Amino acid sequence: MSVKARVSLFVTCIVDQVFPQVGIAMTQVLERLGYPVDFPPSQTCCGQPAFNSGYPEEARTVARHFLEAFRDAEYIVVPSGSCTSMITHHYADIFGKEPELAPRVWEFSRFLTDVAGVDDVGARFDGVVTYHDSCHALRELRIKDGPRRLLAKVQGLTLREMDPAEECCGFGGTFSVKFPEVSGGMARTKIDSILKSQAGTVVSIDSSCLMQLQGVIDRAKLPIRTMHLAEVLAAR
Amino acid sequence: MTGAQSETVKQTLGDPRLQLAIYSATNRLMTHRAGAVQQDRLPDYQELRTHANLLKKHTIDHLDYYLEQFEKNVVAHGGKVVYCSDSQEVADFVLSLAKERGARLIVKSKSMTTEEIHFNERLEKHQLEAVETDLGEYILQLAEQRPYHIVAPALHLTRYDVAEIFSKKLGVEKEVVIEKQTMIARATLREKFLAADIGVTGANFLMADSGAVVVVENEGNARLSSSAPKIHIAVAGIEKLIPRAQDLGVFLNLLGRSATGQPLTVYTSFLSGPRRGGEVDGPDEFYVVLLDNGRTKLLADPEKRQSLYCIRCGACLNHCPVYRKIGGHNYPWIYSGPIGAIITPQFHGVLKDPWLPFASSLCGACAEVCPVKIEIPKLLLTLRQEVTAAKQRQGAGGMERMAFRIWAWLMTHPRIYLMVGKIGGPFVGLLPKVGPLGKWASQREVPKPAKTSFHAWWKQREASK
Repeated sequence: MSVKARVSLFVTCIVDQVFPQVGIAMTQVLERLGYPVDFPPSQTCCGQPAFNSGYPEEARTVARHFLEAFRDAEYIVVPSGSCTSMITHHYADIFGKEPELAPRVWEFSRFLTDVAGVDDVGARFDGVVTYHDSCHALRELRIKDGPRRLLAKVQGLTLREMDPAEECCGFGGTFSVKFPEVSGGMARTKIDSILKSQAGTVVSIDSSCLMQLQGVIDRAKLPIRTMHLAEVLAAR
Repeated sequence: MTGAQSETVKQTLGDPRLQLAIYSATNRLMTHRAGAVQQDRLPDYQELRTHANLLKKHTIDHLDYYLEQFEKNVVAHGGKVVYCSDSQEVADFVLSLAKERGARLIVKSKSMTTEEIHFNERLEKHQLEAVETDLGEYILQLAEQRPYHIVAPALHLTRYDVAEIFSKKLGVEKEVVIEKQTMIARATLREKFLAADIGVTGANFLMADSGAVVVVENEGNARLSSSAPKIHIAVAGIEKLIPRAQDLGVFLNLLGRSATGQPLTVYTSFLSGPRRGGEVDGPDEFYVVLLDNGRTKLLADPEKRQSLYCIRCGACLNHCPVYRKIGGHNYPWIYSGPIGAIITPQFHGVLKDPWLPFASSLCGACAEVCPVKIEIPKLLLTLRQEVTAAKQRQGAGGMERMAFRIWAWLMTHPRIYLMVGKIGGPFVGLLPKVGPLGKWASQREVPKPAKTSFHAWWKQREASK
């Protein structure tokens, strides 16, 4: 077996501080596939909160820090479509050109399907699952089939589409606190779609969407679980 | 959404009947559109979008040239072009023409451009009656409301609402059967068409090489408005130009499908000049009012100029999860939804409604369905930057700016970031901003920061190796 390239994790600020289990699951899946994994310790955030709030200077400062932290990485794997897209699509907007490392940045599910070339990671998860398309993954990174292919290969898992899977959960970063009623209303509409699918678990490749949905689920005490794709793929 | 704005938003969100009306109408429009652009019905849909975008870009980049060409050709057909820089100039023109011709009654077909300049209200002040003849617009005129949606102006009203409005304003029995309601409107409007002195329409496209105005519609009222009265005035924004008649097919293929899922609307009228000798119908006089009303300001910015590509199909509204929640009337101008959120700040200045570009989750559904590929989320981000910069120039928004400065400092000092994280979770830097945790908690449970961060977990793991 050939030696695999080194993978550097960018776990994102939200996974680092609120959902570390997602980073741990991602590490497990990548190591099972034989990738040497490292974690550049000076990493923090990609800068998206400032960029989306109209503060390009502050976003640039944080983005520069990210670029410095991952300067020597071969593959940078991220458990978020939104943060990946910030780096691969929007750093060009704040720096005037695409940074040199952008092609080395991969959203987790796409790394599995397109770089590792696997659909079946040998996971087992018993239950009915529905997949929520997170907006930046879907519309900026064009990720739609990959996570579904990975889920379909999980033993014991039944994948059931909700209608519509593609509508926003209403998080939108600072939008969720600037317009809480609208954001909450959007989340409740999304939850209705999940409930109608009768899936017990909603899976996404973005923890921020799941944080938004979990908050509403907990408030309404609904029997739905939120899980990041990495957690499902790490399960055995 | 500040002050009263947020109260009306809460009202909209808390009105289940209204929510249902908005959802079912936009759902229907979305489903129809999706069917009309699917691969087997319109195989070159994406190529058409690109083509339409390039045609609009070319036209807007050379607008001076095409305006002159259009004017020359309108004049050659015996019509007249009137350039107006604002609503006052349009009103002045129509009033002086009406006075010269002794006109009293105007029939109007649906036109967002005339809504933009409060055409009806201005004329009413001078004892000129202007009657809306599009069914939805007619209902709204009776109800004294502005359009809720670019394409479906009375989208928020149910047939029971319409029964109330007709009964109150027309003195008829309450009628809830839609076909019968239509007949009530038709009976009133036929009289108006026959009696009208002037017909006013909007324009969907102005073809420069042929000097023709193109109007698309489903009810036939625009065709009547432009042909029954002796005078026809088409009021159009200067961005409605397209270079050639042969380019029209690209846009007609996209407009109806994107708006309502129709391959083509029921009526497509080509209006070029007054009635000529030997023709049986058509007006005696034909005017095209070309309106600026702030559009040339948008032309000045090479990035945001693309906002003028809009062909007013309304698809971005239907697909916008924010529009679908708050509806049309919570937007500050008649242009609502994503397109409204990008053009309103450009027409009125970014500080008039500074919240508007922020009222989006940046989900991107709008850009995906825009038939002329306007980069709406990108423009929203640009406008957000303009708002924060303008606030800073005015010495406002200091708290938020400070919060982001502290946050940026924190995010570039990993050791302190980790320390702060241990104490109070990741967003502590943003806390002083507007009490975001409180706003978050008004709708949903606050996530608990993990006991051990991933950073700490990794460090431990490395140490135990």
